[in-house]
Amino acid sequence: MTIYDVLVIGGGPGGLAAAIAAKKNGAKVLLLEREERLGGILKQCIHDGFGLLRFGEKLSGPEYAGRFEDEFHALGIACEVRTFVTEIKKKKDGFLVSAVNSRGVQEYRTRTLILATGCRERTAKQVAIHGTRPAGVFTAGCAQHFVNRMGQMPAKRCVILGSGDIGLIMARRLTLEGAKVLGVYEVKPEPSGLTRNLVQCLEDYDIPLYLSRTVTRVFGTERLTGVETMRVDDAMRPIPGTEERICCDTLILSVGLIPENEIAESLGVPLDPKTKGPVCDNRFMTMEDGVFSCGNAMHVNDLVDYVSESGQIAGEAAAAYAAAYAAVRAGSVKPAADCEKNAAGRAGRRLISLQTDGSMQYLVPQCLDLSDCGDGPVFYFRSRESLPEGTFTIWVDGRVAYQKKFRNLKPPEMERLQLDVAGFGLTERSDVRISIVKGG
Amino acid sequence: MRKLTCIICPNGCALLAEQTDDGILVSGNRCPRGEEFAVSELTHPMRTIAGTVRTIFPEMPVAPVRVSAEIPKERIFDVMRQINAAVIETHMSRGDVVIADVLGLGVDVIVTGDVK
Repeated sequence: MTIYDVLVIGGGPGGLAAAIAAKKNGAKVLLLEREERLGGILKQCIHDGFGLLRFGEKLSGPEYAGRFEDEFHALGIACEVRTFVTEIKKKKDGFLVSAVNSRGVQEYRTRTLILATGCRERTAKQVAIHGTRPAGVFTAGCAQHFVNRMGQMPAKRCVILGSGDIGLIMARRLTLEGAKVLGVYEVKPEPSGLTRNLVQCLEDYDIPLYLSRTVTRVFGTERLTGVETMRVDDAMRPIPGTEERICCDTLILSVGLIPENEIAESLGVPLDPKTKGPVCDNRFMTMEDGVFSCGNAMHVNDLVDYVSESGQIAGEAAAAYAAAYAAVRAGSVKPAADCEKNAAGRAGRRLISLQTDGSMQYLVPQCLDLSDCGDGPVFYFRSRESLPEGTFTIWVDGRVAYQKKFRNLKPPEMERLQLDVAGFGLTERSDVRISIVKGG
Repeated sequence: MRKLTCIICPNGCALLAEQTDDGILVSGNRCPRGEEFAVSELTHPMRTIAGTVRTIFPEMPVAPVRVSAEIPKERIFDVMRQINAAVIETHMSRGDVVIADVLGLGVDVIVTGDVK
């Protein structure tokens, strides 16, 4: 049986970038994708605005994915589509991956895994809405699939709950296709989508945005006939007496995305309750040696350019990890004494955790591998609150080791920063705390 | 004085645009494209749009399309009508033109994914 160096699960933007990077770094790579075509969710994201950072162009989702698919195929990377991973077993020399496809149950052996499984939408079951269960309640991504891939219109008059980006994009899309979007309702006092989407998707089409207001009830037996909305107080509790009934045939939910980590959990990979993705080091290796994470499976990104970047980092790292393993096996390198239990036999990781406080929604990576911080770790973070000015500050053992001022920090807009940590004097016993200090 | 949010890139700068005797004065932009955007918004707002065109292929009933460059904002729904009237009857590759010079605006409607 072939033993792959790197097996990538998921053929969306994260997985494609990871597979390409691993292959370019000399690894024997296999990518598994459950759908018929590569590209992941980008296939249905037909709007433009993708790739501004990476390509300096405003591409549509399919175009952005297409560029990576072209490179993927040009490199001759092995790939199985319509293949669904069912189980992964840890073996002493790597992993045994079981999957099903049209040829039956398949098994693959690999040294490393990259989990590029993306994220899922929070559904109606995960937000409290009373009433009947008629047809006409869709997640934004589901409505997007109907319109953009199947050419079917799910709505004539609709209400959108949640101001996440996909909801805003769908408000515009449905309007362009002739539907009436009556309003976007957001339970929080601030919108959760990107500012530019509020402008180009709602303002441009005169679609109202109602903040601190939510949908509390749906009406209808066969098909949705209307919804009830209510204002909420500071604790997001509906305020009695503020009920308003709206006639509509469709309710679209854009109420959040959650990283998909069923496979990671089955491997015992610890997840970060803040990101809901695996706890990772600066190479995006999870706390399980040889298992990497990237893209929206690691944390929900707002720009695909960063999904590709994290895929690339994970792909390069997985290839290097597999190569180190092969070198040990070939006897050309002696395994480090302190890591004999480490099947890969490369020098064990020297991890220190990065502690954050309430000023940050989350920080990725959650820890650094001091043995491998060479070319400057990339950090992604989100501020807990909107700040006109905030200073990203790193304290090492109580001393300020680094500061950078950011303007216009907003929870929906992720920030990125690449840092050379070599000068911070870090050891495994260092106490590293990171927070956003208000003001400049 | 008009408050605008720049939509050119994900930074989304908050702009202030003011009509003065010397032209339109723009502040709040972090790059020159923000100024260009604000001036355009006050004089002749332009947008890009994306949509789908029906195909004759059952396995891909619609194909993703977009305009190859910006169109005047007030022509968005006119262009949408053209996009919705078109049908793709041959295999096409990413970037191929579906409607050339749509409504004489000097902009093409192109497919953004392979149709095959």
